[in-house]
Amino acid sequence: MNPTDHKTYLDYAATTPVDSRVLAAMLPYFIEVFGNPSSVHTFGQQAEAAMEEARERVAAVLNCQSSEVVFTSCGSESDNLALRGAALAARQRRGANHILISPVEHHAVSRTAAQLAQVYGFELETLPVDGTGQVQPAEVERRLRPDTAVVSVMYANNEIGTLNPVAEIGRVCRAHGVPFHTDAVQAASYLPVDVQALNVDLLAIGAHKFYGPKGVGALYVRSGTPLLPAQTGGGQEGGRRAGTSNIPYIVGLAEAFELAQAEAGERSRRIQPLRDRITGQVLEEIPAARLTGHPTERLPNHASFVFEGADGNALLMLLDMAGFACSSGSACKTGDPAPSDVLLALGLAPEWALGSLRVTLGHSTTPQDVERFLQVLPGLVEKARK
Amino acid sequence: MTNDTGNKRVVVAMSGGVDSSVAAALLREQGYEVIGMMMRLWSEPGCESDNRCCTPESMALARRMAAKLGIPFYAIDAQQPFHDTVVTYFMDGYAQGDTPNPCLVCNRHIRWEFLLQRALAAGADYMATGHYARLGQDRAGRFQLLRAVDRAKDQSYVLHVLGQEQLAHALFPLGEFTKPRVREMARRFNLPVAERPDSQDLCFLGEGDYRTFLRRNAPQLENPGPILTRTGEQLGQHQGLAYYTIGQRKGLGIAAPDPLYVLAKDLHRNALIVGPKEQLGQSELLAAGVNWVAGAAPTEVQRLQVKIRYKAVEAWAVVTPLPGSRAHVRFDEPLRDIAPGQAAVFYDGEVCLGGGIILKGDQ
Repeated sequence: MNPTDHKTYLDYAATTPVDSRVLAAMLPYFIEVFGNPSSVHTFGQQAEAAMEEARERVAAVLNCQSSEVVFTSCGSESDNLALRGAALAARQRRGANHILISPVEHHAVSRTAAQLAQVYGFELETLPVDGTGQVQPAEVERRLRPDTAVVSVMYANNEIGTLNPVAEIGRVCRAHGVPFHTDAVQAASYLPVDVQALNVDLLAIGAHKFYGPKGVGALYVRSGTPLLPAQTGGGQEGGRRAGTSNIPYIVGLAEAFELAQAEAGERSRRIQPLRDRITGQVLEEIPAARLTGHPTERLPNHASFVFEGADGNALLMLLDMAGFACSSGSACKTGDPAPSDVLLALGLAPEWALGSLRVTLGHSTTPQDVERFLQVLPGLVEKARK
Repeated sequence: MTNDTGNKRVVVAMSGGVDSSVAAALLREQGYEVIGMMMRLWSEPGCESDNRCCTPESMALARRMAAKLGIPFYAIDAQQPFHDTVVTYFMDGYAQGDTPNPCLVCNRHIRWEFLLQRALAAGADYMATGHYARLGQDRAGRFQLLRAVDRAKDQSYVLHVLGQEQLAHALFPLGEFTKPRVREMARRFNLPVAERPDSQDLCFLGEGDYRTFLRRNAPQLENPGPILTRTGEQLGQHQGLAYYTIGQRKGLGIAAPDPLYVLAKDLHRNALIVGPKEQLGQSELLAAGVNWVAGAAPTEVQRLQVKIRYKAVEAWAVVTPLPGSRAHVRFDEPLRDIAPGQAAVFYDGEVCLGGGIILKGDQ
């Protein structure tokens, strides 16, 4: 018996199951069409054709050129390539030495930026955010300099769900000639990702967040944006990212991305009311509870709370034992929880920040799941407060 | 709380070691709904991997064991409570001239209070450990703590701090088995820990022993003073009373015709009192903070076997319960290494009745 058989998954922001249509699309590329796309012969040509077909499909969704799509192994690798690649290239070309990021980025951005500062000598500046974690375009404009190498502000926040005004920030950066990167790993599941409308130069996605497989991602690189490759070798991906292409997974990413974007509206319409029900009930029924992130400008499937004095780790354990899989900004599998940087950046005191809970809904979440969850949550929060 | 199949739920305190892993496997075989938990205890910052037992590697191993057994596993953060009760107790004990046993405080307040509370909150009926000990019941239905079948491994000594409330929720699956049999069972259950050596010494000590730990964390204890005989003659210098233990012979740095042993620590004069073998040995002690497993002190004086430290051989003595949770112990034969701060634990045959902390001679 599978231990997760009678459990309810409410952690879609962490990862999603592969859609059966996506799996079906991937299967031919393990055994039948297995060639190396770099090979001259027909086996290679066939594999290459599949990959380029996938690339065109991704480009169509992003509203960009095929040549502007780089396939990677995951969202984190895309973020790494964007930050490090753009920063080092900008320094090489024009002596740029300044990096601007928000304080609530995913670690794939913030730790890469930190390394660029500590090891590569860049000057790292952090943008201010308000209590909902949102970045204002004016704050970006105020801090842009002639020697700014790259700006990175995420589209939608994984921990608190907040959406940033990416198009406006992009416009500001473009006016100053500074490359703008956005981590769209969470956003790509539900929000439009038209790179022209968003005014971005670099945009990262990861397939496993939108019902595709783990192990593949993509980075949009606007033509003309200098990028120093991190992974060098055989010249794949236009010389931007070496390594034999993972055809079945690339095909899976394209299929999943197309489906997710096409079905986003319908999915949002079904899920958002369920999410709103959770938010409403939690704030009404549970004392000393707060919603984190923006109340309205947030991912439609995402609810995140902090409960004063609760042990977030203990709450997750109790929820798991009660059959509900959720997550927390401060959780730690090895029992060494620290309040998350994101929650602290919002100005939350530790007694609140350590009691965080994230509930994210997905394609198989039913109204009954939500009601059962709401029935047990208040009692478990109380237990986690002792 | 019973689950859908009517099984009782038990939390097993896992360490990644062979004992707790086999305990979990046995309980699962016996039909319990088993959940593994491991506490993240305190370690010196920067020395996390030097710990004797609770390293990130052991936690990964414990998690792997749980996965092989098909049981859920959760890590519990106990760093702050562990530091504040156990580590602080350890350092304070040395500062007071005692030889503290922090494992007793850990069992009393961390394992069987902090962790037990969490196990019960998670709906468990029991908490189990891989301790070598057994449970029994007396004619009045009270829970009894019994020695393990494997005398050499018996850990009832460290469990003497438990009471009726804890024992009502305790399970000790290994008490009936010898260590070699447990290792055999580990192989039968296909657990890869079978050949891991047993962990020794205090868990939170990093590199080195308790002396180096104290040097790093309680440097004020490095307080040299005179080494004196009972008659006040100075024979040399000690580095700090904390670094010596009663009955110690080596490491005194004194050239003498006959071997000299540590007799006592005089905090007042910061002096280490030494003397020849004949002066070693006390026939009695006073214990404080005595815990009686049955829940109340016996009304009469009893002739019992007493262990004055974990690895000591039991010695026959007359034990007199005293008011204020104290007890007086008079041994048949004098003992050489009665160390204040250690626990004196009382046995009546197989039954561990309880015990208390040995007081200094002048207390």
